[in-house]
Amino acid sequence: MDFVISDEQQQLRDSLQKYITKEYGFEARKAIIASKQGFSDKVWAQFAEMGILGVAFDEAHGGFGGTSVDTMLVMNELGRGIVVEPYFSTVVLGGSLIDLAGSEAQKQAVLSEVAQGKLLLAAALGEPNSRYELNCVETTAKRDGAGYVLDGHKAVVLHGESADKLVVSARTAGGARDAKGISLFLVDKKSAGVAVQGYRTIDGMRAAEIKFAKVKVGADAVLGEVDAALPVLERASDFAVTALCAEAVGAMEALNAATFEYLKTRQQFGRPIGSFQALQHRAVDMMIHCEQSRSLALLASIKVQSEDPNERKRTVSAAKIHIGRSGRVIGEEAIQLHGGMGVSNELAAGHYAKRLAMINATLGDVEHHAERFASAA
Amino acid sequence: MDLNYTKEEQAFREEVRSFVSENLPKDISDKVLHHKRLVKDDWVRWQKILYKKGWVAPNWPKEYGGCAWSPIQQHIFDEECGYLGAPRVMPFGLVMVAPVIQNFGSKWQKEYYLPRILSSEDWWAQGYSEPGSGSDLASVKTKAQFVKSAQGDHYIVDGQKTWTTLGQYANMIFCLVRTDTTVKKQEGISFLLIDMTSPGVTVRPIITLDEEHEVNEVFFDNVKVPAENMVGEAGKGWTYAKFLLGHERTGIARVGESKRELEQLKAIATKQLRNGKPLMEDPRFRDRVTDVEVELMALEITLLRVLSSRTKPGPEASILKIKGTDIQQALTELTMEAVGPYALPFRPEARAGDWKGEPVGPAYAGSAAAVYFNYRKTSIYGGSNEIQRNIISQMVLGL
Ligand SMILES: Cc1cc2nc3c(=O)[nH]c(=O)nc-3n(C[C@H](O)[C@H](O)[C@H](O)COP(=O)(O)OP(=O)(O)OC[C@H]3O[C@@H](n4cnc5c(N)ncnc54)[C@H](O)[C@@H]3O)c2cc1C
Repeated sequence: MDFVISDEQQQLRDSLQKYITKEYGFEARKAIIASKQGFSDKVWAQFAEMGILGVAFDEAHGGFGGTSVDTMLVMNELGRGIVVEPYFSTVVLGGSLIDLAGSEAQKQAVLSEVAQGKLLLAAALGEPNSRYELNCVETTAKRDGAGYVLDGHKAVVLHGESADKLVVSARTAGGARDAKGISLFLVDKKSAGVAVQGYRTIDGMRAAEIKFAKVKVGADAVLGEVDAALPVLERASDFAVTALCAEAVGAMEALNAATFEYLKTRQQFGRPIGSFQALQHRAVDMMIHCEQSRSLALLASIKVQSEDPNERKRTVSAAKIHIGRSGRVIGEEAIQLHGGMGVSNELAAGHYAKRLAMINATLGDVEHHAERFASAA
Repeated sequence: MDLNYTKEEQAFREEVRSFVSENLPKDISDKVLHHKRLVKDDWVRWQKILYKKGWVAPNWPKEYGGCAWSPIQQHIFDEECGYLGAPRVMPFGLVMVAPVIQNFGSKWQKEYYLPRILSSEDWWAQGYSEPGSGSDLASVKTKAQFVKSAQGDHYIVDGQKTWTTLGQYANMIFCLVRTDTTVKKQEGISFLLIDMTSPGVTVRPIITLDEEHEVNEVFFDNVKVPAENMVGEAGKGWTYAKFLLGHERTGIARVGESKRELEQLKAIATKQLRNGKPLMEDPRFRDRVTDVEVELMALEITLLRVLSSRTKPGPEASILKIKGTDIQQALTELTMEAVGPYALPFRPEARAGDWKGEPVGPAYAGSAAAVYFNYRKTSIYGGSNEIQRNIISQMVLGL
């Protein structure tokens, strides 16, 4: 067993942590969220320079040839800073879909641009009726000469409005919930017939409803094998879920630290509220929740690469279940222990709680993963 | 033993139900039922309707224009109003300051303020909490200094209150202020009625996690308050404040509202699909809804037991605060989870009553996460649930 990260990984983490601590404080983040596009080009360019936008991609595709652990280290830091830039949608989910499904040419074209910070991706997978089920795809892609025509409605597409290209799941065969018959397409967001309704999300990010009306794409838009995208979707989603778990652990760490500090400094009845045993035990439970979550997030960051899909699914779902629950507990307790301050939008605590709650609602909540865990036995 | 309502109580419930159904303006109940933003006029309009009917002050004695209803009747009224989507009658005037004035106020205070509270002419705010004094309320620092003067004796008030609910609408605020710093802290507190339009009063918004403006900071800078606005005796404010606490306990269970929210949750979970089937049929989700429903059934009877007991509600009533808020919070949590990924979209603009924009996802999903975060307040305000537990452990269990 070796839980130690390499010197390079340590360096990557330190430099990112330093940058976020220095440049991404509460006020800076607030201004970014209030800006028109909802994230900062400057921060994004800095991320590109630090190499984190291509950390997990092959060197041949303009990346740094890192492992899944590198992605998790990055996400952990982004979680600590509740960073709202489209890292998850572009690099993690969008990037891994291209990486897993794309042809060599597609990877070279797209991933190197992503790594340089020149291209933003969004994954348009969910639909109004799909909830968390990747196989539920009602959007259709019908053959049209050499290419396809897309019709349908994709729901809550994270950072869909700012994305340049969309990775879209669409049905090329079968019924709405069939496992077979799903294909992936890489669609330029500017294509005729793509209508985007962007909006804020409660955790300070952006998302969009995207409607496709007779959107024509060429044969070169297909990512991977036609009709057989579900296994790839599941793998990419598992990787993304693992990244969300790492992010959540970072958010839990930061939120716990802020709460424990508050317990030490806030005075009532002539002493710090942290001197009340009723609150001490609550704090200890918050800490245990975080440590248990960290353990599963670490395990998932290794097992997500497993060749055995059942082992991969079980571990990733276990981590997401735990993180969903612990994120809820820690978020709620942190607000409660801050008293009135906890419900003020001017304090970071509540913003961490919001992000943790929305992580639970992204790519499968506790119940979704509980069922998946059981069925992957 | 008979756990049924009497014939008279059932008839009373029917009477309340038909009155509220017929007279509650639809635009107001729509806002309540769909978690839209209420504005001052919504509350005032409804309170004036109740005032005209003679029902705005269920808890007041007849001599002051109240209904003098029994606790059970008050509960039936609360439950029906909550269930049908009436806005909660603003408690600060009618439920909080009025009983204090009735019991300890001067003749002038009764004659001047009570009719204005009944008619909703004044909007009151509660000025207890301060930045340094939340759970430890007896430590309030806002200072009121007595000044003897030929033009009229008065107090000069300096300090700050905070978390003042809807203080932006209020023209009056009742405050716990320190009039004596030389005695035990509880004994130096007085109960002062302050006109918020006085020079030196500043109200600043505090925006909550749902980006709504529901609470405020209130600053007092050299504010002149006539001495006749002191309730009862100087130095007795703490006693009056504790008296008031006994008056706010029974409404806090919010049984009617929770029944309404439970029904809405079930309706939502029936429309939402999971694996192609209604979420409500999913055993994992259904069991969680059942858990809350069972707690709510128990709470209703616990509340009725407290209300029916011959003695005045005591510290046991803290159970109602703890359980009532647990249930309210659990319902908001389940509603947020029921809507799945549509919990994410956050559009405060869509919560305006007259908003006509393009919706995102099903209409019921729009406010689910915002309401969940807003309702975190319920276990914090009105004496946090930790403080309620302290009360029970000390005063009931003797630990
Ligand atoms: C939405 C909202 C509306 C409000 N409206 C009003 C209003 O209109 N007027 C008004 O005067 N006030 C109002 N309040 C203030 C409310 O009463 C206080 O927030 C509450 O009393 C807690 O005080 P605090 O915020 O200072 O938290 P603190 O007292 O600092 O408490 C922080 C944490 O420590 C815990 N704690 C404190 N002491 C103990 C102890 N001895 N043992 C165990 N745990 C303890 C608390 O339970 C809490 O979890 C409102 C608050 C909110 C959130």
